[in-house]
Amino acid sequence: MENWSLFSLCVLLGLTSRWAVSFHSYSGAGKPPMFGDYEAQRHWQEVTYNLPVHEWYFNTTNNDLNYWGLDYPPLTAYHSLVCAYVAKLLNPEWVELHASRGYESHSHKLFMRATVLFTDILIYIPAVLLYCFYFCDGFSKQKVATALCILLYPGLILIDYGHFQYNSVSLGLALWGILGLGLGWDLFGSLAFTLALNYKQMELYHSLPFFCYLLGKCIKQGLIGRGFFQLAKISLTVLVTFALCWMPFLSDPKQPLQVLHRLFPFGRGLFEDKVANTWCSLNVLIKIKTLLSRETQLFLSFALTLLFILPSSLKLLSKPNLWQFKLALVNSSLAFFLFSFQVHEKSILLAAFMLPLLVKDGLLLPYVVTSLAFLFLSLYLLSHLTRTNEPLFWYFPFLVISVATFVWLEPPAKFPDLFPVLVSILSFLHFLGFIIYFNLVQLMEPQRKKSQKKTN
Amino acid sequence: TVMAAPVTNDQSWFFALALGVSFLKCLLINAYHSTDFEVHRNWLALTHSLPAAQWYYEATSEWTLDYPPLFAWFEYGLSHIARFFDKEMLVVQNLNYASPATILFQRLSVIVADVVFFYAVKECCKSLREDKGKDLLGKPSFILTVLLLWNFGLLIVDHIHFQYNGFLFGVLLLSIARHFQNRHFEGALLFSILLNLKHIYLYIAPAYGIYLLRCFCFTQSNDNIWSRYNYLKIWNLRRFIDKFYSSLFIKGQLPQVLSRLFPFKRGLCHAYWAPNIWALYNIADKAFSILGVKFKLLDINKLPKASMTGGLVQEFQHSVLPSVSPLATLVCTVLSILPALFRIWHRPNGARGFLRCLVICALGSFMFGWHVHEKAILMAILPLSLLAVESREDARIFLILSITGHYSLFPLLFTTQELPIKIFLMLLFTIFSLTSLKTLFRKGGALLNPLEATYLLGLIPLELICEFVYPLTVWQKTFPFLPLMLTSVYCALGVTYAFIRLYISLLTCSDSTKKIKTQ
Repeated sequence: MENWSLFSLCVLLGLTSRWAVSFHSYSGAGKPPMFGDYEAQRHWQEVTYNLPVHEWYFNTTNNDLNYWGLDYPPLTAYHSLVCAYVAKLLNPEWVELHASRGYESHSHKLFMRATVLFTDILIYIPAVLLYCFYFCDGFSKQKVATALCILLYPGLILIDYGHFQYNSVSLGLALWGILGLGLGWDLFGSLAFTLALNYKQMELYHSLPFFCYLLGKCIKQGLIGRGFFQLAKISLTVLVTFALCWMPFLSDPKQPLQVLHRLFPFGRGLFEDKVANTWCSLNVLIKIKTLLSRETQLFLSFALTLLFILPSSLKLLSKPNLWQFKLALVNSSLAFFLFSFQVHEKSILLAAFMLPLLVKDGLLLPYVVTSLAFLFLSLYLLSHLTRTNEPLFWYFPFLVISVATFVWLEPPAKFPDLFPVLVSILSFLHFLGFIIYFNLVQLMEPQRKKSQKKTN
Repeated sequence: TVMAAPVTNDQSWFFALALGVSFLKCLLINAYHSTDFEVHRNWLALTHSLPAAQWYYEATSEWTLDYPPLFAWFEYGLSHIARFFDKEMLVVQNLNYASPATILFQRLSVIVADVVFFYAVKECCKSLREDKGKDLLGKPSFILTVLLLWNFGLLIVDHIHFQYNGFLFGVLLLSIARHFQNRHFEGALLFSILLNLKHIYLYIAPAYGIYLLRCFCFTQSNDNIWSRYNYLKIWNLRRFIDKFYSSLFIKGQLPQVLSRLFPFKRGLCHAYWAPNIWALYNIADKAFSILGVKFKLLDINKLPKASMTGGLVQEFQHSVLPSVSPLATLVCTVLSILPALFRIWHRPNGARGFLRCLVICALGSFMFGWHVHEKAILMAILPLSLLAVESREDARIFLILSITGHYSLFPLLFTTQELPIKIFLMLLFTIFSLTSLKTLFRKGGALLNPLEATYLLGLIPLELICEFVYPLTVWQKTFPFLPLMLTSVYCALGVTYAFIRLYISLLTCSDSTKKIKTQ
């Protein structure tokens, strides 16, 4: 069968799963007064449509920042504005200032879900297809299998189409950035990544690898001459993109500061809720949240994050090729997730370990189905296409059992949070293992069977 | 290209496909469900709460029991499991009861019952002539498995609209598979069971009857004792079924059961016209009446006021062309399938000829029957899949019939929420069937000629107009049924074309029973 048909089948399967998941409940459905992320997105449409730009990030009479104030960079705000225009066309009640708080209806849900699907089709899915087509090694069937696995990845589907967010935009843009760099279009790649960064500040997790890769490449081309010229072009692209995105906020020095203040809430503690990172897990043994002062916490997290990123970044700087770049991305994001400040569990987007969040949203059924399907499919395809079997299959029943215990067993009364915490700690240990493993792989570069010389 | 890994486990792909489609079905648990959901809940309730003698008399709900007794027993069996999900669904008075546990139970029952379908598909694959050495995606058995397990019509009718067709078609396909495997007694038994599960399969009973009589009771071979033995076996089968019936009921119940099973009070056409001959007939009648009024050949006051386009399930008169009665449709149906039955009688052509005749019977009954549901097209599409992976001409007919037939199911899911799902799944199935069959029969040029391809492509603008453009126009309020009419008429053309081609292929195919040794 031809490639295009196989790829389109994968896309259609991915789209079907996404839309089918969207039938289920969303974050904060029917839970006044605060509701959830769904209401947050709707509220941002209301705010951006009705209020002038300079009020978006400020606490005014019309804009109560305590009720889901904007805490993503400007591009999210612009996106909400565009959605708001469409919403206004369909039903003005959806974005009525103040009056539309907590608005919930079937047609509104359809509209919101449709906006997610639209951006997914526009940005994320083409990026995935191109990535699999150009940058996966192996025969065409392996590329198709990879595309299928990526498109069926439950974490993204559940968060975007269940819980409700627009991660596909930022991830998609970042993926376009990676694509750009891989194809040698550095300017395009930088542009795409800068846009991703301006959509969600979480993309900072990936910023260091991008920086080191590009810098390293320019250095390799010689700092005097071509390299310098290239560096200048890239910097100019990045700066101009930032300027364009932040333009409405540059008129008054207070504006960007306030925006930054909203984006990086150092006022909140080291972590909230149960996250599978170091601080949360450590907190079980030593109550660092209360033991250390805010400044010490900041310093500690900064130091450890830096410590864990440095080796991989330096290695990338010295050897800027694509394989190093990909590994550095993994290592950098893991490091940030594990050690940085105020991390949300969504930052990891790994299916099995977001169970507590999704159960709260009433998404147990799609979670179970998509995760099982994904695990089964990826293990099945993996074993058929790469001839590795045993180590991965024990994972499957293990995860099933852990899910089952979480859902059906009642925790002992003394420790009501026992299971979420256990899940968090277990996940944390996994991630710790991953970051060590991937760092070793990147730094030591074990012999690979096929040398893939992708020219930059 | 050779795959990177050897295909060590021949059956694992089947399991993967079955599991994959089951996962998809699970995701659709929360989708829209039609009144058929309440119908089946009601049947669960009444079989559970009432003694068997009253099942066909119970009329608290408008959805009375109108399937044969074996299906009622099936529901009875299910009701015992339903108890553990939600006892309230088993109370007859709880009309339109649809708690989350009820939905979960009913949906899961369909998904689990599909296991019968999976088994049947597996058996059918065994009867195909395998082509060794092809890569997995080009194997006929793989293609057939996907065409059946992931059939668009079954998915949306069973797992969204809500019915138990997967289970029923599993029994049908298993019966066909048994005939392919020369286990004719089992095949006949399975068909008898099927008839007792859903009487719509009477459409294809003639094919079974003629085939069994011809091949096993009155064979031309010397084995007269053998043939009479088979005849006796089948006759005993029928007697067994009769005894089964009478053991369940007091004699007097039969008329009541029959009146429930065959409600001829309903009109020629359903609210939405099935894409058969009568749709074309209706539209011709409408066109003639409009033209007649325009050219002053007819007096507008003399024409009957209400018309078919009103969309209600009642008996209406046609304006210009003669009205059609149930007897007329029966005669037309019988006439349409008679040539095929004669053909099978004279030149049996083995199990494949039987299957072809079966499809023709199903399609003929669809084309000319009384109050046909558009879902009945599945009875032709699913068995045709078996033929499609083995012969070029059949693949061609299958593509036209399946794409048109599946598209005609679109009006079943009219909610906005399900719109993306039906489009995605339709595209999924269509792209797969087109490309896989094209690859399978790549020798010998294109599978579809330009006219056929254009007709099929015309479905895209039709969909855009009917579901996207038309609702925004001013005519949506005055002529709300126009899109439905357009859809059914356009699809009727394709279905009729497929029917004619199928007939031609049956009547012109050479007798190859002697050539086919292996099954």
